[in-house]
Parts: sequence; C-alpha cells; structure tokens
Amino acid sequence: MDALRSLGRVIVAFWILSHLSLLAYSSSPQDLQILSAERRIDLSSHIVKVFLTLKVENTGGSPVSEVLLAFPPTQVDHIASLKAALTVGKKKKKSYVPLEVNPTDLPDAPNQTKYFSISLLNPLNAGETATLEVLYILTHSLEPFPAEINQAESQLVYFRDSAIILSPYYIKQQTTFIRTPSTKVESFTRVESTNRAGTEIKYGPYKDRPAYSYSPVIVHFENNKPFAVVEELVREVEISHWGNLQITEHYRLSHAGARHKGVFSRVEYQSRPSSGGISSFKHLLARLPPRVHSVFYRDEIGNISSSHLRIDYLKSDLEIEPRYPLFGGWKATFVIGYGLPLEDFLFESPDGRRYLNFTFGCPLAETVVDKLIIKVVLPEGSKDPSAVVPFSVKQHLETKYSYLDVAGRTVVVLEKENVVPEHNSPFQVYYSFNPIFMLAEPLMLVSTFFFVFMASIAYLHIDFSICKTSS
Amino acid sequence: MVGKPEPVNGTATAKTGPSPSPATSMSGLKPDLLNNLSFKTLKLKTKQQELLIRVSILCLVYILAFITRLFSVLRYESMIHEFDPYFNYRTTLYLTEKGFYDFWNWFDSESWYPLGRIIGGTLYPGLMVTAALIYWTLRFLSFAVHIREVCVLTAPFFASNTTLVAYFFGKEIWDTGAGLVAAALIAICPGYISRSVAGSYDNEGVAIFALLLTFYLFVKAVNTGSLAWALASAFGYFYMVSAWGGYVFIINLIPLYVLVLLITGRYSMRLYVAYNCTYIIGMLLAMQIRFVGFQHVQSGEHMAAMGVFFLMQVFYFLDWVRHLLSDTKMFQAFLRITVTCAVGIGAVALGVGTASGYISPWTGRFYSLLDPTYAKDHIPIIASVSEHQPTAWSSFMFDFHILLFLFPAGLYFCFKRLSDATIFIVMYGLTSMYFAGVMVRLILVATPAVCLISAIAVSATIKNLTQLVRAKNKVPQTGSTKGGSSTKGSSKGSVDQSQPFQRNGATVLLFGAFYLLSKYATHCTWVTSEAYSSPSIVLAARGAHGNRVIFDDYREAYFWLRQNTPPDAKVMSWWDYGYQITAMGNRTVIVDNNTWNNTHIATVGRAMSSYEDEAYEIMRSLDVDYVLVVFGGVTGYSSDDINKFLWMVRIGGGVFPVIKEPDYLVNGEYRVDKGAAPKMLNCLMYKLSYYRFGELTTEYGKPPGYDRARGVEIGNKDIKLEHLEEAFTTSNWIVRIYKVKPPNNRW
Repeated sequence: MDALRSLGRVIVAFWILSHLSLLAYSSSPQDLQILSAERRIDLSSHIVKVFLTLKVENTGGSPVSEVLLAFPPTQVDHIASLKAALTVGKKKKKSYVPLEVNPTDLPDAPNQTKYFSISLLNPLNAGETATLEVLYILTHSLEPFPAEINQAESQLVYFRDSAIILSPYYIKQQTTFIRTPSTKVESFTRVESTNRAGTEIKYGPYKDRPAYSYSPVIVHFENNKPFAVVEELVREVEISHWGNLQITEHYRLSHAGARHKGVFSRVEYQSRPSSGGISSFKHLLARLPPRVHSVFYRDEIGNISSSHLRIDYLKSDLEIEPRYPLFGGWKATFVIGYGLPLEDFLFESPDGRRYLNFTFGCPLAETVVDKLIIKVVLPEGSKDPSAVVPFSVKQHLETKYSYLDVAGRTVVVLEKENVVPEHNSPFQVYYSFNPIFMLAEPLMLVSTFFFVFMASIAYLHIDFSICKTSS
Repeated sequence: MVGKPEPVNGTATAKTGPSPSPATSMSGLKPDLLNNLSFKTLKLKTKQQELLIRVSILCLVYILAFITRLFSVLRYESMIHEFDPYFNYRTTLYLTEKGFYDFWNWFDSESWYPLGRIIGGTLYPGLMVTAALIYWTLRFLSFAVHIREVCVLTAPFFASNTTLVAYFFGKEIWDTGAGLVAAALIAICPGYISRSVAGSYDNEGVAIFALLLTFYLFVKAVNTGSLAWALASAFGYFYMVSAWGGYVFIINLIPLYVLVLLITGRYSMRLYVAYNCTYIIGMLLAMQIRFVGFQHVQSGEHMAAMGVFFLMQVFYFLDWVRHLLSDTKMFQAFLRITVTCAVGIGAVALGVGTASGYISPWTGRFYSLLDPTYAKDHIPIIASVSEHQPTAWSSFMFDFHILLFLFPAGLYFCFKRLSDATIFIVMYGLTSMYFAGVMVRLILVATPAVCLISAIAVSATIKNLTQLVRAKNKVPQTGSTKGGSSTKGSSKGSVDQSQPFQRNGATVLLFGAFYLLSKYATHCTWVTSEAYSSPSIVLAARGAHGNRVIFDDYREAYFWLRQNTPPDAKVMSWWDYGYQITAMGNRTVIVDNNTWNNTHIATVGRAMSSYEDEAYEIMRSLDVDYVLVVFGGVTGYSSDDINKFLWMVRIGGGVFPVIKEPDYLVNGEYRVDKGAAPKMLNCLMYKLSYYRFGELTTEYGKPPGYDRARGVEIGNKDIKLEHLEEAFTTSNWIVRIYKVKPPNNRW
C-alpha cells in the first residue's frame, strides 16, 4: 500500500511539474515536426513488430542532430529491440543507413513518457527533411482474454496501443495499420476514421495532431500462433582447440498464451486436430549452423526421441517436439547440444589474439527469450578475455572445471533480458592462448599411465616381505 | 662406495664360476646348448608365459563382462532401468548433492504420503555410497562425469570385478584353470547379467560381488586359518550387509557349512579362527547399518549363526578337555553330557528368547523362501511380484544353458576331491539352487555357485582330455617312426589300437566341449541382447515397415507431472510406479515399491477397486490430487494396470473385507468385455483405464473401443466421471493421469 501511495504522490508531482516545465522547456523538441508518419503494427505472431516511417523536418533555426521517439511507460518495458535507419536516395536507389539509438530521459516528460533518441549521422539543418525507418519489437504485449481457455477454444488476445502515434513532435499526417493473423477479430476500438479490411485495421489518416496526442485503442483478436517463450536459456559454448566447438543449450520453455483449464483429452487432441488443441503447439524449429554433428536433445530424465535433423550447406534445421504438446501455462525444460567444427567459428585476429565469432540469441524460431545467458568457456590457460557484443549486455567472468582441469577454464558470461530473433547477430570473444597448453592434458594422461606401469614393474621386482620365507 | 664393487665382483665370479663346467663336461653339446640358451633367453619361460596368458585372459574377461552389459546403452541410451533402480538413483543423487549425513538422516516426505519414510533407516546404503564414492573419486581426478553415468555403469563395473573374484575363488577351490573358466562363465552368464546390465542400478549389482567376495575370503580364511583373511571376510560381509538384504543367505549358509564340517569331523583350528573372527567382527560391523541394527542378536533368521558360534566354543572346549583327559571312555561320557547340555541350554535360550519376544520370529519373506506356497496363502503382496514366482524349468534353461548340465558334473568332481573348499562350494551350490527354484529372482544368487561348479567340471574335463591328447601325441610319434622302421609289429599294434581310438575320442570330446562352450557364449549374448537389455521405461516395437517404433510414454507422463502440476501434488498410483513417479516426476506418491506398509497399499487397492464415489472418499482422505493409471489397450502393452488389477483386489481385500475377489469375476473368469462383472465395469480402475476409450478405433476392422492388450471389445463404453477429470493422457495412451476435483460447493 505504501508503495502505491508514494507512487501516486510521485505521479501527481510529476503531473504538476510536467505542466509547468512544458512551457519552459518545450522549445527544443518543437524545433522538429513530422511531416508524415506511417506505422504498421504486425500482430501475426506473439512478437509484435512495429514498422514506423517518419518524415522529419527541421522547422527551427539551429541544426538538430537527435530525433526523439516517445513511448508510454507500459510499452517501454516490452521493447526488446529498437532499430532505426535513415533512408538515403529515392525510389529504386533507396538504401538504409543504420543509426544509433539510445534511451534518454527528458526532465519534462509528461506522464512518465520514456524516450529513445536517434542520433543522426549528419545534423539536420534548418528546413531540411529526413526519412527515418524505425523498427521496434514488443514482447509480452498481447494479453490473452479470456485468460483461461479450455482445450477446444481458440486463443483471443488484447493488443493495446494508441491510434495516434505518441510523439514529442507535432505530426502533420499519420496513419496506423494493424495487421492481425486472421480475419477473426472480436472487437476493436473505433475512433474517427477507422477501417477494417481483411486482416488489416486502419486508423487514420489523422492530420495535424499536436505533440503527445494519445488515443488508446484495444484490438481483441484471435491469435493461435505458438506463444513460445523461453523463460531462461543458458547457452554454453565450449571451445576446444582440438577442433571442436561444443554447444549445450538449456531451455526452460513455456506457453505464455491463455492458460489451459480443465480437461486435456487425448481423444479430442488426436481425432480433431483443428479444434482439440488449436491454441497448443508441439513442434519447434531450431535453426543451427551448418556442419553440426553429434546433436542431442534431452532433459533431466533422459533422451527425448522426437526430433529430426536436416543438414544442408547453409544451415541445419533441428525439428524438435517436447515430450507433450504445450498448452497455455504448460512448461517444458530440455537441453539441446551439438558440436561444430572449430575452424568455422574461431579465428586469429591480426594482433595474434584469437576470437570466437558466434551468433547471439536463441536458435529457436519465433520465440522470445526472457533471460538469455551465454557462457563462453575458453580453453584452460587462456588469458585476458573480452567480449564484443553489438548491444548492451551484462558481463562477468566465471571459472569452470571440466575433464582433467587443474586451473579451471575461464568462462565469459553474457546476460541479456528480453531477446527476440532480431538479436541473432554475431558477437566476438577475444582471448589470448598459448598452444602449449593444449598438450597439458595429454601429457598428464601419458605420465599417469607411465607411473602406473613403473609402479607395477617396481612392485614385481621389489621384495616387500619382512622375513624370508622358505618356499 | 666400498660395498659397490663387491657385488659386481661376486656376480662376476658367480657367472664365470659355473660356465666353464658345462663347457668342459660336455664339449660335444656345447654349440647346441649355447644356441638353445641364447634362444631361450629371448623367449619367456613357461611360467612367465603362463602368467602372461592368464593375465591377458583375465583382462579380456574383465572387459568382456563390462561390454556385454552395454547393449541397452547402445540400443537406447544411458538411462536407469526398471523400477527400484529409480529409487536408488534418486537417493544417490541426494547423497551426492547433500552429503552423507543429510542422506543418513533423510526423512523423505515425497513417498508414502502422509506417513513419509525415513530413508537412512530403511535402506541398504551400500550401493548408493559405492556409486557416490566412485563419483567423488572421478570428480577428484577431474573427470566431469554426471552421477547418472556412474549409476548406469556401476553394475557392469561390479560384474567385471566379480569375474576377478570368481577367478580367485575358482583358484582357491580347484586350480587356476577352473578359476579362469569360472571367470569366463560368470562374465556372460545370463542369470547374472539379468541383474547387472548397464542401467540396472540395483542392490544386486554390487551385492553379488560382495557375496562372492565374502565367500571367497571365508574359504580362504578356512583354508589358511589366517586372521587377516577372516578379517577381510568380515569386511566383505559388512559390505554385503550394507548392500543387500540377501546377506541373510550368507549368515545362514556359513554356519550351515561350519556345522557340516563339524559333523563330518573336519573341525580344525583354521575353521575355529575363521568362523569366530568372521562372525564376531562381521556381526559388529553389520550392526552399524541402521536398517539391520540388532537383528543379528535379535532375529530368528540370524540365530543359526549364533548357535553355531556357541557350538564352536563347545567343540574347542571339548578339544581342550580331550587333551587333558587320557581316558577315552571318560571323554566319551563327558562328550555326551556336554553336548546334551549345550544343545539343551541353546534350545531353552532360544525358546525363552522367542517367547519373551526378544528374538523376533522368522519374517514372511523368510518363510516364503523355505515354503514356496506360504506367500501365496499369506502375503499376497509378495506373491504379486512376478520375480517372486517359483521358477519355471524354461527360465533355468534360459539363464544357465549348458551350466545346468555341467553343474552335476562339477558336483561329481567336487565330491571326488573333497576338501573344505569343495564342501563349501557344493553346499553353496545346492542350497542356492533350491532357493533359485523357489523364487525366480534368486537364480541370481545361484549363478556364481553354478558357474564355479560348472567351471570345475569344464576345467577338469578339458584338462583330462588335453592330457590324453598330449600324452598320445608322443606315443604316435614314436609309433610312426617305429612303423616306418619296422613294417610289422602287430603285437604292439594291438596294444596301440586302443590308444589312437582314445586319442581320437579325446579330440572329439574336446571339440564337443568347445562347441558347447561356444554355444553357451552365443546363447548368453543372444539372451542379453534380446531379453535383459530393455530398460522397460522406454518400450520399443517393430512398426509396420520394419522400422523401430519407440513408446516413450512413461517419461512423457512423468515429465508432464514434473512440469505442470503443483510441486506439492500427491499422486496416487499402484505401487509399481511409485519410485518412478518420485524420481522422474518429482511428486509425492501415496505408495511405492518399498512395500513396507501393507495397509496403505491395501487402501490404494481398495480405492482402485471401489465405485467412483467410494473411491473419492478414500482419495479425499489421502489428499490425492492426481491419479495415475497405466493402460495398454491402445498399444497392446500387456503389463498394465488392468492386468494387475486382480492383485489390487486381492491385496485390498486382504485388509478390507468389503472388497471381494469374486465380485470382479464371472464364473471365476476375469473379463473386461460385455460379459464382465458389473462391479468390474464400474470400479475406478476400469473407468480410469477406459475413459473415452470407446470412441477410439485402435485397430482396422475392429469396432471402436477394441482393447488390443486383451483382444476384446470393452464392455462399458459410456464412462462418465463425476469426481475426476482427465488431466493428461500420453500419446500412446499408456499412462493416463486424472485430476481429483475439489468437492462441490454446497450452494
């Protein structure tokens, strides 16, 4: 209760403050205005993708090098990835230049609005326009309603957003398109000029909306796509300089859709696949690098026999089935492991250090990972590890003991929350390693055997008896 | 510095000393002999050769014993098999995670709800401690193995060690040849493999090793009269007690053996030392195992050993008196009086002890061993286990193959060369064979004895035959040279005529023996691969196109329980699946395979055989959240709960007379189709097994609801459940889990 009350107080204070400050500090965002904005929200899976095209104009006097994007506080926690690009060229020669995006705080944010600032490569001079393409990905943004369904029901979800783009700038013209996975839409908020055609709901066009305009809408629609959420994924990448890269992935998977209630009937599930378990999923596809070998798929109690592996030159597809179909709220844990040839992933940098170049993210298609931990186990004896990751992650070092380790192996641990398939980009771990350490373990084994044989020879040749017995 | 040149000198003189003498004495043979010598020095001496061959054979046997048990790992995976091993695995896991003291004081609230189980006081910790020690050792040597791998490979590892013990045992009772044969026979004997394949992580896996080790060390102690061997034997016994309840066999067989030696007049100081030391120290050590406790002095099953111990002292006393008394007549009288007194006192003590309740009477299991029909009449829970059934001839043949015929032959050889050691093996063989006849699972105990005795037969036979062949090898040579030199010599030929015949006979017999042994080897491999290497958790069948179909339903269900039920959910199932549910499903069970509380099991049996509303009351009283049944009607899996159901009725009816077996039978016949008894068609087990099964077509051309395990169309297709609801059914319907609904609101 206390927390709530204090939160209330903060909000009130903020409210007053923001109104006061709006007058005082509103000058800098007002330098820009958005000529046209188009937003396409893709709700076809449980990962919401929003494509935003902004045509920005500098109406102020001074050059502006940053463009702000505003998000309501409820949405900002669900943003897994935010990318922006500058459109260069016209029509056919269009190309995109990626831009840096950073979360920022403005002191006068109304209603705790959160901001991301896009840093332009070249400042936008007065009177100039620029076209920006923004892609942001929202996870856990579809709320199942009803929250509990039985086996035969299909899953209905709410999506909440605003019909008008929340922006710190004045927007001249804007349209929002929402694409649903099927034509089955229970309801959607109708505001002025709302259109629905097929799987698309169109809000707009709206003209001349002032900054921070907001018009909440709710779309209630059917979404039976697998709501596969990996609550925690631990990927262990073990480098062996003898030529192998061993990857072990521990998954804790759950179905994050509407909770299953009541009976699970196998008859229904087997005989009527369309209605007896439409909201459940059974198959998962893991896209692994090419040339994988010794793949295993198991869990705490043993091997899971339902998996198929297809290998081709570009990729390997591992199709796995959990032990049972996953209904809403059901969980499954499992482990996938595979080996890869080292030469595909380990390289030597010009300064003589080695680096591992491997893909971040989760190999499962269309899944959200709430917490991803990547552990890169470097060979014993490697020094000064450093990781280069294209986005911010938490890092720390650990020590692991494996077969015949004396000093232990250095483990670089990378942690990131809210990971979506867009994060599947390469990262590097640099370290220095002296190849002489490769010989340590074989030498240990050889010397052990040597001493065993020596001891047995010695035992056979030395007489241990205290007094001589006459035989 | 001074002492160094001396030996050099000494050796030099020693070398130079003898060498001239042969050179001078036989100058004519000198080059030949030198040649021979130089050739011989490169080659090994016969004794060394023999040692080398022996060691390499033993190594091969050791490896063979290990790898022949790996079929299941190769066919399936490295997994724990069957039922009891899952409990052992779970406790081992606990031991390695929490340490010994937590393990020793573990109160397991996940089994026998609401009673719980004191694990440390109700199990034989030998197996778990062994596996944990192996695990810790490997970890210490920085081998990053998983405890599961250690558990899976413990039994094959100990089987390999058993072959070594068998070798030494065979060497002790007969000769090294017999030892080698015994090691080879026991390495692949199906009777032993049945309990020691990889994954069969059960007490028997290490216990047979401990059993044979104890016997070997005891025989060694009796043969040598050495305290050290007797002490070692006591420790072997301690290990055996810590590992398996079958130690009762040792504590009864050894006194029996001693008694036989006493009766046959083979009393000696060696025996006195061996028995007393083994018994006293073994007993004291065994008391350290909480599960055994003071049974060695309090239980009727252990009284024979104590009686023999006192008898031994009487014998010693008599021996001493005989030394003092010169008069044989007086001694005879004294002997009579002493023996009568001793026996009388012993009988009185036993009677008083039993009457006062200090000495517990024999347990049901012990009775059922001595009297095969006892369990059937009195303890249905023992009789319900398939491995407690009396053994069929076919399974003797299956498990022993040619050993069954070699066994009597070996007994003959033993009797021919009677010694303390052979008497022991004869007694071990005969008693264990009797027990093997009483219970299928005790074939295991008989296996080492059968292997050893057969090894004696094989070894002695082959030795005799090869001697014959070899001896004749020289005679024909001389004979042929003679035949070459002198064309006639019919008188000598007539003498030789019987010899070639004998030699050929010996050769033929030798080949026959090798043929039999190779047949034995192929049979053993076949049995291991076909019969004893199935984990029984994963079922494999041949599909329509000859491909292998795997039914992994058990683990599917257990994993579902583990992931998707509340952590404190209580699962009711028949006791067979208790250990698996706790180990793999990680949920609390009402009853499990440690069948210590018959009433509790009978309660579950009663719930299963009652009507749904009556069963609901029982389940409510036991806080049951889920009910798990195993059903083979879709796949044709025959060891399911419907086929076990009559035992549930019997065990339930044994405690609660409300349940009557005839109610479930029609004219003494057990049926599930339309002609089944009405109580059968409406009892909980039937309903849970066949719920909505009537809608399913299992086989082409058969009506829906056709039960493939029993080959009939079920009798009640319209099953309605009132208090339970289907929570999960595995993909092949083998395991079905039902949720017990909370009671209805009153308003």
